[in-house]
Amino acid sequence: MIKKGEWVLIHNIVLKPEERAPQVPEDTKKVPLEMWVKGFLLEDAQIGDEVVVQTMTGRRVKGELVEVNPAFNHSFGECVPELLQIGLQLREILFGGEDHE
Amino acid sequence: MNNNMSYEGVMARRNEIMKKAVGIDYDRFEFEGIAFDYETMMRETGYTLEEMQQIQGSTGVGNTPILELKNLTTLTRKFSPKGKGARIFIKDEAANPSGSFKARRAANAVYHAKKLGYEGVIAATSGNYGAAVASQAAIHGLKCIIVQECYDSKGLGQPEIIEKARKCEAYGAEVVQLTVGPELFYTFLKLLEETGYFNASLYTPFGIAGVETLGYELAIQMRERVGKDPDVVVCTNAGGGNLTGTARGLRKAGAENTIVVGASVNLKGLHMASDTQFNKKSFTTGHTGFGIPFATWPDRSDVPRSAARSLRYMDRYVTVRQGEVFYMTEALAQLEGIERGPAGNTSLAAAFSLAQEMDKDQIIVVQETEYTGAGKHIQPQLSFARQNGIEIRFGDPKDEVPGQNIILPESPKLIKAVDLDLEKIRKSYIKNAIEYNELESISSSDLEFLAEDTNSSLDFVKKVIEELGVDIV
Repeated sequence: MIKKGEWVLIHNIVLKPEERAPQVPEDTKKVPLEMWVKGFLLEDAQIGDEVVVQTMTGRRVKGELVEVNPAFNHSFGECVPELLQIGLQLREILFGGEDHE
Repeated sequence: MNNNMSYEGVMARRNEIMKKAVGIDYDRFEFEGIAFDYETMMRETGYTLEEMQQIQGSTGVGNTPILELKNLTTLTRKFSPKGKGARIFIKDEAANPSGSFKARRAANAVYHAKKLGYEGVIAATSGNYGAAVASQAAIHGLKCIIVQECYDSKGLGQPEIIEKARKCEAYGAEVVQLTVGPELFYTFLKLLEETGYFNASLYTPFGIAGVETLGYELAIQMRERVGKDPDVVVCTNAGGGNLTGTARGLRKAGAENTIVVGASVNLKGLHMASDTQFNKKSFTTGHTGFGIPFATWPDRSDVPRSAARSLRYMDRYVTVRQGEVFYMTEALAQLEGIERGPAGNTSLAAAFSLAQEMDKDQIIVVQETEYTGAGKHIQPQLSFARQNGIEIRFGDPKDEVPGQNIILPESPKLIKAVDLDLEKIRKSYIKNAIEYNELESISSSDLEFLAEDTNSSLDFVKKVIEELGVDIV
């Protein structure tokens, strides 16, 4: 049970595939336009329920409850070893070797 | 409300919604046919330079430092013909409160919204502008909603855009995230209608005028520093506002002879509204997917008349490759000790190449940097690309195919800004102007407007119009 007042993420479909704009490319036309927004839950609910939240600006938005206390998990990514070579190469060109001015 | 909320229904109310949400009656500046009165629009609805300096200064925006990139200058001279290799400077716009030059646009827009009595502001942007508007709304105590195009249909989002959502939330904004598609505009219009908030569009006269302070400061700073105006200023170009505002500011400072160069990342072949190609690009702004469409038809923006009209001010337009920009971002950190976000370094990659054509005593200025951090950094962007099947390797950047590979230059000498044919872009603009207005003939005042708006000549416009088979009356 997720309690009223908890900070949650909800999801809904803005436009079904058949409602999409005429100028949309074919691959995009096959999928719906989806939306996610966060807010405080207005009634106790379970994940997957249709709920109403109050967003940071005070708007009330309806949607499917997908996550409680949604977090940001983006990071500095995995190591890209190629990047290590760039600094080494540049320092060699500028400060090292016989070509040094 | 029994308004029709379907896509067609909301889009049909577009002009009415916009008029309420920007507080500008654009009809006042319209003429018959194609033309409108750009300068009157800028004068009557914008702010003077002094007013903008005051508005921006009161929230800590502007007066960013200008830094000489001495090691990168030395590096570029290694590959320049004798006597060539201009001094490279960079304006550190990351020093603005929200971490990019967009703070200048947002400062004016949010100030204006507050003055007109709006309760909140809305902006449709996946870029640095969202954080800029959110930051300014926080300062002025206004509510703020940012609408982002963020995910593909698998729910996979670019790390760079997710970081920008985080930053908007950090300033107290509500972030509405959408999957790929131009119907973002539909959601945006519905939100404007629902909330009655101000449309803090990137393309209003006050937004664009907000960038004029950047060009103005830059000229003054260079005069103080080296005793003359910069020979070349390079602007990363997407929607055209950065270049337009900077060029106007340079002119207001009297820097009439400074060459203004636009630079975009080459994303040729990738469709911007494609669900499957969305995560195949490693730049979410500053690329040709915005740069070319907005140059050839600026009024595609979210206001009836865009104040960002890059063709008016662009002396030259070049592209660079994704791999070159990532390489230069790393070079800026490794050789200058300045770690900044990749998108802002598009113009740096171009400047590194352009400096090699210029004399040693000449000055080239890169007019922006942007903040960096988790997600918005070369490593997460490159590792995200690799996870999405993009090949990353060293080689010759000219072999780069957007969406397939990212080629880091195996030597900095391979970094080359490639000129776009401005004449072709001008022709394309003129063609679009005729088509969008559904005209079979055009007047002589329209000819004059087209010559001004494309920074060309009456003869040039006449020739193009004749080629298109349109009568001049």
